[in-house]
Amino acid sequence: MSTAKRGKVRVERGRYRLDGQFHFPYPNDPIRNEDGVLMGITNPRDLTHIHMYGGEAPFFEGLGQGKLLGTRCDNQNCDANGSIFIPFRIHCPDCLGKNTIVDMTETAQKGATVHTFMITERTGAFNTLPKPIRFVNVEFEGVPTILMGYLSVGEPEIGMKVVPIFNTTKPSYTILDLSWVPEGTNESDIPEGFTFG
Amino acid sequence: MIKFSDKQLKIPQMQRPVFLVTGGMSKFDRSIPEKRTEELVIDSFVEAAEFINKTPAELKEYIHSCYYGHFADHFGDQLLGEAVIHDRLGLDPLGNVGIKTGGATGGSTLWEAFKAVASGYSDCVLAMGWERMDEVPTDEGNNYIASAADKDWETPLGHIYTGYYAVMAQKYWQVFGKEEESFRHTMAEIAVKNRGYARMNPHAQGPMDITVEDVLNSPVVAYPLRALDCCLMSVGASCAILCDEKTAYELTDNPLIIYVSAGSHTLRVADRRDMDIPLLPNESPDQYKDLGERFPGGDRYPGFTSFLAARMAAYYGYRMAGVVDPTEDLDLVELHDAFTISDIQTYEDIGIRPYGEGRTYVESGDCYHTNPHTGEPGKLPSNLCGGLIGCMHAVGATGIMQTVEVGQHIWGRWAEMHEDQSKWDRFGRTKPDDWTNLQVEGAKRGLAISHAGVGSHVTATILVHPDHQLERNES
Ligand SMILES: [Zn+2]
Repeated sequence: MSTAKRGKVRVERGRYRLDGQFHFPYPNDPIRNEDGVLMGITNPRDLTHIHMYGGEAPFFEGLGQGKLLGTRCDNQNCDANGSIFIPFRIHCPDCLGKNTIVDMTETAQKGATVHTFMITERTGAFNTLPKPIRFVNVEFEGVPTILMGYLSVGEPEIGMKVVPIFNTTKPSYTILDLSWVPEGTNESDIPEGFTFG
Repeated sequence: MIKFSDKQLKIPQMQRPVFLVTGGMSKFDRSIPEKRTEELVIDSFVEAAEFINKTPAELKEYIHSCYYGHFADHFGDQLLGEAVIHDRLGLDPLGNVGIKTGGATGGSTLWEAFKAVASGYSDCVLAMGWERMDEVPTDEGNNYIASAADKDWETPLGHIYTGYYAVMAQKYWQVFGKEEESFRHTMAEIAVKNRGYARMNPHAQGPMDITVEDVLNSPVVAYPLRALDCCLMSVGASCAILCDEKTAYELTDNPLIIYVSAGSHTLRVADRRDMDIPLLPNESPDQYKDLGERFPGGDRYPGFTSFLAARMAAYYGYRMAGVVDPTEDLDLVELHDAFTISDIQTYEDIGIRPYGEGRTYVESGDCYHTNPHTGEPGKLPSNLCGGLIGCMHAVGATGIMQTVEVGQHIWGRWAEMHEDQSKWDRFGRTKPDDWTNLQVEGAKRGLAISHAGVGSHVTATILVHPDHQLERNES
């Protein structure tokens, strides 16, 4: 069945404008046992879900522009005042005030360290990363939280210095637009489409 | 640094005691194509009724409200599946509600059921959990499970939950395991133990007679985790009946007192912030001062190495039930052994061993039914049903199944429920020639932990024989 007209969405004046097809129906097939007895049916489906980033949209837009954005609680009366959050938190988890967006690209370029990591050949359905995947959890100077991502060059180890790279050429607008490479990696060695920001 | 208020740390106070009257479970397997979910649910309910010599219809007459644990609508492919189950059990028009807290769904279902009785709303409730994970291929199953991680920040990274978990395992392995071969060996022992115990359990889907070498030679999933370190993907159901005292003694002459408590922590490990270690009754404030010296990198709490949610479930639960030292005060435990290494981490979170020393619970032989070093009964046997590694992880059912297993030991009826040849035949399984009775002799008190993902939700369910209660402890 053709999926050429797969749905696209715009937002105009606060409303979704849909174009194309958002689901593609397929017929069921029977499931039988070795004696030919009916046990069940297959239920195929293919659908496109519409997902909003809301207040996190600047973060995902930022990745494609080579920027790593975090947020900071600037509420003087909050215990977490001055805390920087990466992952980007729209609201402070303590006072629930609206956080201020801060550009953490330079901090990440200067002082990011692998807190822990793991390497796996196994992935779930719909994975698009090359295998094995090298997960790295990256800590930044002055940031209490630790961001999960993936290493695109070299082998990870705890304590290793890394720098961010960004899919600025053809962004997917997902977390996959951010990756990490060991400090000192040459531009020619990073994956196609990625830059240092 | 995060701090908690006194109000948040209040020890839960129930309006009246709550009793576990009976429980049951279906067969568990990787796939059960010949049965619908509701048939498995009915199998477990019938077992619970028969356990107290009632017909299902007789038991149903007592039930006043129902709590249904089912982790994933994705897997069931049926929204509002709870209403289907409720109707097939013939329990309309009773009030019922679905409960979803990932891997802790079974425990959370008991938590809701417990509070419904403790509050006086209901005198008798059904807690029923199930999962059907066989209607998609394994890689799509892994994608569904990964959908329980943060969909924007984590799921796109490989669509593989094991990966989000394994980074924690890696940190624990390096900091507290010090990458020692002996530690890796200890992890493997857990896999051997739990799969071995599963051999005595007709319900269990993953029984194996294996050695430490077999575990160490199994394929790497995410180093240091290997295939045999990991839990199963399952189909099945389990249930429990909770009552107030009067109703409990109408249904049986031998109900058990039940306590359930719960804790939580961030869905993304990435969001964790540092804090002081909340202390359990058997710990002292200065005990962890030098943790970072003894284990370099281990001074960040809970960091990537500990489960705050498990710690808090034990924090509330032990004080409610009067448990001071779990190894002394409990006779057996069922832990959420999703991975061998998370089993070790949990020993520390729930105070079986201090932080940093979890491995000694296995190495001492305390965690065995029979201590392999001394031939004497293990001090605090764990996961005699086989756990998630050997028995099953039909997510919504797991925490309930493990609670029922603990109950069967305290009731002294473990052998009756696991030995019967007709049950082995009914499940199409061969009872091993060396079948061994794993009943913990004289068991009076036990604990079951139910745990979600990287530690977003954890519950602690404590069962106590009414003649062996401990004194509530608020300190
Ligand atoms: Zn704040």
